[in-house]
Amino acid sequence: MKVRLPLLLVLITGIFGALPFLIPHHVIQTADNEFRNSVLVIIGAFSLVLGVGSIIRHHMDKVRRKREHWGYSWVLLISLLITSIIGLFGGIDGNGSLPTHIGNFHFDIQTIFIRMEVPLGATMFSILAFFMSSAAYRSFKARSFEATLLLLTAFIVMFGSVPLSAYLIPKLPHFAEWILTVPSTAAKRGMGFGIALGGLATSLKIILGIERGWLGGTK
Amino acid sequence: MTMIEKLKDFKIKRLLFNFLIFNLLILTSIYAIEPPANVVAKDNPNDGGGSILIQWRISPSDSILDGYRILRQQQGSTEISEVGFIGRGRISFTDEGTTDKMKYTYQVVAVKDTSEVASAWSNPATSKPQWFDTNRISVVVFTILFTFLIIYFIERAKKGTNLFVRKIPGLAAVDEAVGRATEMGKPILYVPGLTGISDVATIAAMNILGEVAKKIAQYDSRLIVPNTDPIVFTVAREVVKEAYIQAGRPDAFKPDSVYFVTDSQFAYAAAVDGIMTREQPATNFFMGYFYAEALILAETGASTGAVQIAGTDAVTQLPFFITSCDYTLLGEELYAASAYLSREPLLLGGLIGQDWGKAVIVVILVVLTVIGLLTNLQVLKLF
Repeated sequence: MKVRLPLLLVLITGIFGALPFLIPHHVIQTADNEFRNSVLVIIGAFSLVLGVGSIIRHHMDKVRRKREHWGYSWVLLISLLITSIIGLFGGIDGNGSLPTHIGNFHFDIQTIFIRMEVPLGATMFSILAFFMSSAAYRSFKARSFEATLLLLTAFIVMFGSVPLSAYLIPKLPHFAEWILTVPSTAAKRGMGFGIALGGLATSLKIILGIERGWLGGTK
Repeated sequence: MTMIEKLKDFKIKRLLFNFLIFNLLILTSIYAIEPPANVVAKDNPNDGGGSILIQWRISPSDSILDGYRILRQQQGSTEISEVGFIGRGRISFTDEGTTDKMKYTYQVVAVKDTSEVASAWSNPATSKPQWFDTNRISVVVFTILFTFLIIYFIERAKKGTNLFVRKIPGLAAVDEAVGRATEMGKPILYVPGLTGISDVATIAAMNILGEVAKKIAQYDSRLIVPNTDPIVFTVAREVVKEAYIQAGRPDAFKPDSVYFVTDSQFAYAAAVDGIMTREQPATNFFMGYFYAEALILAETGASTGAVQIAGTDAVTQLPFFITSCDYTLLGEELYAASAYLSREPLLLGGLIGQDWGKAVIVVILVVLTVIGLLTNLQVLKLF
């Protein structure tokens, strides 16, 4: 039963999930939208509770056992508690029962998101530029035929995209564009076919109960 | 003025009058607009109802028109309403505001500045929903064919036929990578991508996690699985728990090894980077779908000296993984990993079926390309 019930549910929901693609009738489309917008949202909300429970348990355990860097776990737990209280009782724009400003200093959940989380996310994203340089350096240091080819192609595409290249070598921008539109696109499409078929095969195997790895490989 | 002069003046005036009339006639004939003809209304095919397709033969004055107004009249009502306006050169319009089973007739009005000429009213038409989208027959046919291929090879595998699967270096290195972590006494980090459980790549990542966790349980190494999606987190924990049970080491499973971090993309990247620099895992697995954080994770992992095995179907992130990781599973290899690692005949059969399906597509593509090239060769047009 422990295995059959999930497999049966997957078979039914798998077939039901494919029907809206083939049947445009509003009965099926409405049922599908209802399922996605209601049932899945409810499941997602419950799992979020499990997720938050997991992170609290993980860091509480770290604090209790005084594991390495346990001080950071306190930072996380206190931040989680404060933002949860502000979010639950202060409302999104500070229009809840909890006061979320002291004079002109606002600390409602929207302000915390815009003034703290967004800039912190942007900071992490900006690190990408430095990692790109280090990755490119490592790749070109490999000194293999593939690395040389990659270096040469990257140089042509990058140099072909700046106006100076058109002035020095008039045909270079066209060649750079050709690299992007012909060999690069051909490779991407080839991979796209493989990915689409692999995805289809995996979905079929899961729906038919052949692939059970997601159940922990239960036989 | 003499009689002759009067006659001359009259002739000139008549000539001028005729000339004006003639010009007026020419101008009227140039700028006269004609209506579109043969207006036909019918139910819009392959939809969920609520729309009618109106088609017409283009107006002979189309090139000078501003466009066409589409008028609708519900049968049994005297009210006429405008349902849309489209530019010149168009020969069809879809009215998406109809009520099913009601009869409607349509008129197409050619418009040029302030001049308008209306067509005759169309036939009455009703909209209704369809139970099958005929545009998707090819998809259905291919899916059926593909399913048969997979089932055929699974049956062959069940009968004990030896099925050959080429070596995938990234997966062949899993044993070595887990063994290395055990020898070094360091943990193994498994990152299951950033998408939800509805993504096939995440399901593939879960399948691989099960196999990797079994090996980790056998080697008695430590596993860390930080998650960005709460549903994936619950699935991942069950998968790891079940893998430890199957490996005969249920006592070695630590629920704390699989945990939820955050659903914020870059906060998750920062957290995983922190784990890599603090815990210094000997092996990092990046399996599933990744976005811009792919290189941030892979480069940080490379800087800690870990053996890195990545697998993704995110084509845009593959170059970053290839550059920064020791082994990379390209696209479909990610889906094949579970079968490859488990060596279960049923899964291997599915894998072979999948390859045959791909071979069929390649053959069809080559044949159609050759036909396309041959029929468009300039030399053939000489005959």
